[in-house]
Amino acid sequence: MTALARTPARRKSAAHTRFVLREGLLFWALIVPNLAAIIVFGYYPTLYNLVLSFTDWDFVQPAPVLVGLENYLDLFQPGSLLMEALRNTAIFVLFTVAGTMIGGLAIGGLLAQRLRMSGLVRTIAFAPHMLPGAAVGVLWLFLFDPNYGLSRWFFEMFGADSPKWTTTSDFSLWAIVIAYAWQRLGFVAIIYYAAILDLPKDIFEAAALDGATGWKLFRSMTLPLLSPITFFLTVTGIIAAAQTFDIIATLTNGGPGTSSTTLPWLIYDQAFVEFDIGTSAATATVMFALLLVVTLVQTRYASKQVHYS
Amino acid sequence: MTLTSPRPVTADIPAADDSTATEPRQESLGLRPARDRRPAARRSRPMTIALYILMGFVFAVFAIPIYWLFSSSLKPEGEIYTFPLTWIPSSLEWSNFADAWTSAPFGAFLRNSIITTVVGTALEIGVALLSAYAFAFVRFRGKMVIFAIMVGSLMLPGHITLLVNYITVAGLGWLNTYQGLILPGIGSAFAMFLLFQQMRQVPGELVDAAKIDGAGHIRRMWNVVAPICQPMILTATLIVMIGKWNDFVWPLIVTSTADMRTLPIGLMFLRSQEGYDSWGPVMAGTVIVAAPMLILFFLAQRRIIGGIVSGALKG
Repeated sequence: MTALARTPARRKSAAHTRFVLREGLLFWALIVPNLAAIIVFGYYPTLYNLVLSFTDWDFVQPAPVLVGLENYLDLFQPGSLLMEALRNTAIFVLFTVAGTMIGGLAIGGLLAQRLRMSGLVRTIAFAPHMLPGAAVGVLWLFLFDPNYGLSRWFFEMFGADSPKWTTTSDFSLWAIVIAYAWQRLGFVAIIYYAAILDLPKDIFEAAALDGATGWKLFRSMTLPLLSPITFFLTVTGIIAAAQTFDIIATLTNGGPGTSSTTLPWLIYDQAFVEFDIGTSAATATVMFALLLVVTLVQTRYASKQVHYS
Repeated sequence: MTLTSPRPVTADIPAADDSTATEPRQESLGLRPARDRRPAARRSRPMTIALYILMGFVFAVFAIPIYWLFSSSLKPEGEIYTFPLTWIPSSLEWSNFADAWTSAPFGAFLRNSIITTVVGTALEIGVALLSAYAFAFVRFRGKMVIFAIMVGSLMLPGHITLLVNYITVAGLGWLNTYQGLILPGIGSAFAMFLLFQQMRQVPGELVDAAKIDGAGHIRRMWNVVAPICQPMILTATLIVMIGKWNDFVWPLIVTSTADMRTLPIGLMFLRSQEGYDSWGPVMAGTVIVAAPMLILFFLAQRRIIGGIVSGALKG
């Protein structure tokens, strides 16, 4: 009885094993190019960067020398460059994200009014988001020119002199905030615009029947319904802004002094200008840890939001 | 309160059974159609005028800098260094472009940008297609663990891999070469994820039918799955391409001679070379860097915005 039943089953399982083996081989063949690139140029560098952060190296010595926590202790001295960069990064992120979110919501809501020509405004608002950051940086360098840039014309309208945006430490950080916000604003606006058009209209009609209008409708209906998008844009906005490099490199070079040095610029400067590999690796690790917290908050929140729509 | 409501909103709600009123209309953005359209809200005339003024202001914020970029690249030098500003160039001065082209090797920059963008995009989309197909259609136990590892790489910020990738590429002897510029960027979690999501929507019967006809995986991928996913492949290609063209920090550190630099890096060096006293050529150089992306955007606006927006709205 058992012997009779086993024979065909075994034959089938042999064929099945061959099938599984063949599929498995094919799977690996298809996956390996991408997986290898991700491991070699993504995961491995992240881990080895952590190792390097406990060493001292300048590219010239034959090998990195272990120094324990020294790099971190130096970095977290009060008044250190890292502290300055953390402060600048926090200001840069706070103002670019807050500014583009508020401005983007307002513009998105305006575009959703379906006025004539709003298609044209949509296009032109999104265009800067397509441009290389280097082009945006160099363009704004000219616009900020206190003698021959548009900045002079703008401030002259109010009878004032243009600040020396990129060459004085009081203004350099604000210069990169403005240029970066200009590049990102249209992107946020278009996302909000699409999200507003996507809102379920029947709820609004019901609320309108109950007499809710204008600001109240916006406060109690539109804003809460948009909150998943607001959350998404905030988190991705923080992550993107915290990594901004090209606009800083073309506009201020992190200066004058260290007045517009943010974390990515500091990492670059320590590694490829000062050749202080261990310190740069430690700074990169600090930045990674901070961004990881932001990302984890998003993943936790997003998994709770799965059934939202 | 209800009685004094300034806008009798109830008046313009169409009858619920009026099917034509709720017919989904294709959005001009090329997004998925809006579920239903509220009839244009009734607005007072001052309100409408105020909204148009606001929109004009928004337009100016984006249009004026872009206009300034293009007009300055064509202005004679005398009209750049004047105040009050010259808004409309009296004559079009193409020599700014010639100046930019000769004072920096823009021909080489352009060539390098095109090579890294085209080859890099082809490779990235290629490996993304293969791996997305494997995750969607090839049977393998535990493949979702590998999927998670790949998607997890999206959490690694570019700046943490910079230093070690530089050391790796230097160790391979690839500094200042095309393979050094291109290969570290071909691993793709984002494009793979986009394509995977699209492939999951492919009807299983179609793939099974091809299988019964004796088509192996490769033929099924090439003849059945890829054609169905073509729109998403195109969208992913555009988004990846824009990223590669605009890439800055990696080409900056991995190249060391002018003949290997890409356009954004070349622009930065043109800026420091020409300095503050030569805005005409510098703006012309900026136009050379920016124009390809603007042209691409105007040609494929719906697809690019649609791809980016749907990625965001679906989280």
